[in-house]
Amino acid sequence: MPFNLLLAIALVYVAALFLIAFLADRRAQRGQGRWLSSPLVYTLSLSVYCTAWTFYGAVGYAARSGLEYLTIYLGPTLVFAGWWLILRKLVRVGRTQRITSIADLISSRYGKSTLLGVMVTLLAVLGTTPYIALQLQSVALSLGVFALPGTTGWVAADPTATGLWVAAGLAAFTILFGTRNLDANERHPGVVMAIAVEAVVKLVALIALGIFVVWGIGGGLSQTLARIDAAAHPGWELAGGRWAGLTFTSAAAILCLPRMFQVMVVENADEAHLAIAGWAFPLYLMLISLFVLPIAAMGLERLPDGANPDLFVLTLPLAEGQGALATLAFLGGFSSATSMVIVAAIALSTMVSNHIVMPLYLARRPAGATMSGDVRAAVLRARRLSIAGVLLLGYLYYRMSGGSEALASIGLISFVGVAQVLPALMGGLFWRGATRTGAAAGLGIGFAVWVYALFLPSFGPEGLISAGVLADGPAGLHWLRPQALFGIVGLDPVIHALVWSMLLNVGVFCVVSLASFPSPLERLQGAQMVNVFERTLGARGWSHGSAEAEDLLTMAQRILGPSEARALFAEEARSQGKADGLPDTTPEFLGRLERELSGSVGAATAHAMVAQITGSAAVQVEDLLRVADEAQQIMEYSSRLEAQSDELRRTAKALRESNAKLTAISAQKDAFLSQISHELRTPMTSIRAFSEILRDHGLTVGERERYAGIVHDEAIRLTRLLDDLLDLSVLENAQVSLNLAEVRLVDLIDRAVDAASAVPGATRVEVRRDRDAEAVSLVTDADRLTQVFINLIGNAYKYCDAASPVLSVEVVADAETIRADVIDNGPGIPPGARDIVFEKFSRLGEPGAAGGAGLGLAICREIAHRLGGRIAYLPEREGGAFRVMLPRGLTRPNDDAAGGGRAVSGAR
Amino acid sequence: MNAEETPAGETPAGERRALFLERGSYRRRRLMDAARILPVAGAILLILPLLWHSGGAESGPGPATDAIYVFAVWVLLIAGAAILSRYLTVPRAEPPRAREP
Repeated sequence: MPFNLLLAIALVYVAALFLIAFLADRRAQRGQGRWLSSPLVYTLSLSVYCTAWTFYGAVGYAARSGLEYLTIYLGPTLVFAGWWLILRKLVRVGRTQRITSIADLISSRYGKSTLLGVMVTLLAVLGTTPYIALQLQSVALSLGVFALPGTTGWVAADPTATGLWVAAGLAAFTILFGTRNLDANERHPGVVMAIAVEAVVKLVALIALGIFVVWGIGGGLSQTLARIDAAAHPGWELAGGRWAGLTFTSAAAILCLPRMFQVMVVENADEAHLAIAGWAFPLYLMLISLFVLPIAAMGLERLPDGANPDLFVLTLPLAEGQGALATLAFLGGFSSATSMVIVAAIALSTMVSNHIVMPLYLARRPAGATMSGDVRAAVLRARRLSIAGVLLLGYLYYRMSGGSEALASIGLISFVGVAQVLPALMGGLFWRGATRTGAAAGLGIGFAVWVYALFLPSFGPEGLISAGVLADGPAGLHWLRPQALFGIVGLDPVIHALVWSMLLNVGVFCVVSLASFPSPLERLQGAQMVNVFERTLGARGWSHGSAEAEDLLTMAQRILGPSEARALFAEEARSQGKADGLPDTTPEFLGRLERELSGSVGAATAHAMVAQITGSAAVQVEDLLRVADEAQQIMEYSSRLEAQSDELRRTAKALRESNAKLTAISAQKDAFLSQISHELRTPMTSIRAFSEILRDHGLTVGERERYAGIVHDEAIRLTRLLDDLLDLSVLENAQVSLNLAEVRLVDLIDRAVDAASAVPGATRVEVRRDRDAEAVSLVTDADRLTQVFINLIGNAYKYCDAASPVLSVEVVADAETIRADVIDNGPGIPPGARDIVFEKFSRLGEPGAAGGAGLGLAICREIAHRLGGRIAYLPEREGGAFRVMLPRGLTRPNDDAAGGGRAVSGAR
Repeated sequence: MNAEETPAGETPAGERRALFLERGSYRRRRLMDAARILPVAGAILLILPLLWHSGGAESGPGPATDAIYVFAVWVLLIAGAAILSRYLTVPRAEPPRAREP
């Protein structure tokens, strides 16, 4: 197998992967390609669990320890077979809360804690870096295998250079397809599709090799089984602790590994896919591990003693002269390595940029509503730098460790590390009492034990931890020996670290959770996640109205992209019932926006950014309650004040009105007093003058009679005036007695028209009447009512100055009441005088011009009131119009005197 | 956990849980129980080989027999999970996806 041909095949394969990813991305962007998110692709993408450690390492592991390699696949098998128990909830929470990574989930669950996000991120980086190094190493090693037989080329000479090239190529691929867009749901269809293809390649490669080993050179199934039994050597026996412990570790790892979370939860397009993956992924794992043991046994039998069992997958077909099979195996191993690195880099870069870089970036900028600079670009830049950084770290680790260790041990160390997240994860999903403090404490102690007891010693006796400390403990503290904590000796180091770290982790997590009290935001998030199947709560406590929609849009544009952000805002505005413009910043909208943003930058950062704009970071429920309470009190107080001031305003208005009325009445009274003096004085003067003349002698009889007549007339005028005054006084004081009898209205009006005809000017007025309408009967005091009509008709005669004066009397009657309108076509009463026209002594125009004292209408009003009716001026009619309303059957006189005019009565 | 036992997997707020269920719902509940028991049963079955070898390194069957046993359990688990997931997802009654040409 020429090395250059192999290299060419590898490059073609890589180019094909780029093409597949590119096409899948494009189809997904166009909304085509539903098959991109089918259960099959989902299941195959989960195979990112099977890394080069599986592909090369499992055979090596089996060659060294027999069946124990199966634990790495049995744990995930149990987790997936029990998908209904845990994974269903994990995926549901991840989808409803738009979780972007395992760190985001933990941070989000525990009140969007930045601290927890950073802790999980650091743990993930620390646990994944050796793993990436392992992948780089496997590619370099496998290339080395082909280069070994004396081929010229730079690869054989410098395996670290291979690692560098591979790392750079992977970084390019990941940046290209992992950060092309900052999608709100953080999916990468191109990457997933490429991984699915790689999953097929590695499965086909291992199965092809397995078939070749069992039936090609092994002589069939039974011979292979015999060969396996024969290959058994010390170390192959099942060790109870490791068997159970490693199964648990791998089960924990599949839940906690950042790359598994990425493909399992974040890239999940449909929850129904999980049900398929529940059996399909265990099937994949079983097929992948089916031929591992036969290959290992055959390798042990056929290959020389010194051969590296980790490379049996390549060296066995090469030794058997199967170049094509070896190439396929190489591609399988290459696929395993690259898919793991790509997904791990995406997952880690999401975590690093969301939980470390962006919080720092946001903290360094001045707080304020306007965000200068482009956050979207910053996020993408942070992602890209993080990807490059993660791969660089992996490469450096690979250089440092020198590629010497057995592959499997690095994998297990990494697994135990990420398993430390398990208590916080499970507690977060199933226990509402789990608190942030508890999670941080448990995670912290588990992390510390893992670093001290497993990670640091893994660098060897002369590595980061000295041989002295390993043997005798730090500062001679024997019970603190890293691999024999608390004096427990003889345990396998991995199991030792696993037991202690998990025990302390879970214990501290539970105790601290029980003892501490969660913040309101934690409790809210806890309820949402633990009860995710019961309901999906809406907003998460954003107070209303403090955020400006425009600022939010500006921010959202920078993170989601201008068109996506505008579409989101427009949709929200529509759902709020607005045709155009920006939506109201309701709590619901803020919650939704935050979820959308958290898809790109993580929950904690999204919360911080929205808080920065709304200016309401960390709203406490207590604060809200207090504010609501105060607002309530203020509202009550102000509504009381308002009611009071309304009442005051009404009183003041009434006072002003009555004051104006009083002033008018007072002026009227003054005017009348002067007029009555004049009225009384004029006849008195002429009476006195003519009586003096009469007293003198020398008058003729004719003169004497004439002067006596004048005195008589003047006396009558005085009497009439005094009668009127007396009449009014009697009426007002309710001393009048009514003579009730059944009368016909037409008769009363006849009498009134006759009586009024004595008034000067009566002859020129045309009177229009409808005698049929007037022919109604009623029980009333005929004389008094006649007086009312006399006054009204007389007034019309006196004041109507139209060219052809017309007086009409209109009567409408029903069963209960009679309405009689007396209307002339004169000028009517000016608006200002309408209020006082019924007051005593009011007379319009020049005093005495019409020969009355201005008591007529006041008397009319009093009479109408006494008769159980009322009289009103009709301002809406042309000319002077008065309406008399009367009951048809008066049984009892109205005793209470009409209001108004009292003061004047008293002045008499 | 109780809320997960309704057929749709979700409990509308305010709805009281019935004490006794009609046959279909009862069957479904037991299927969910089975889905929860399956991984536990699998774990116990996978621990069993340890007991065969508890008598010492040389006791019990050889690694080939162990391997056959483990893979048999594995197949059972896969089959069980497949059957359960088939029945557990039935009521979703999703319309068949439109296939790409």
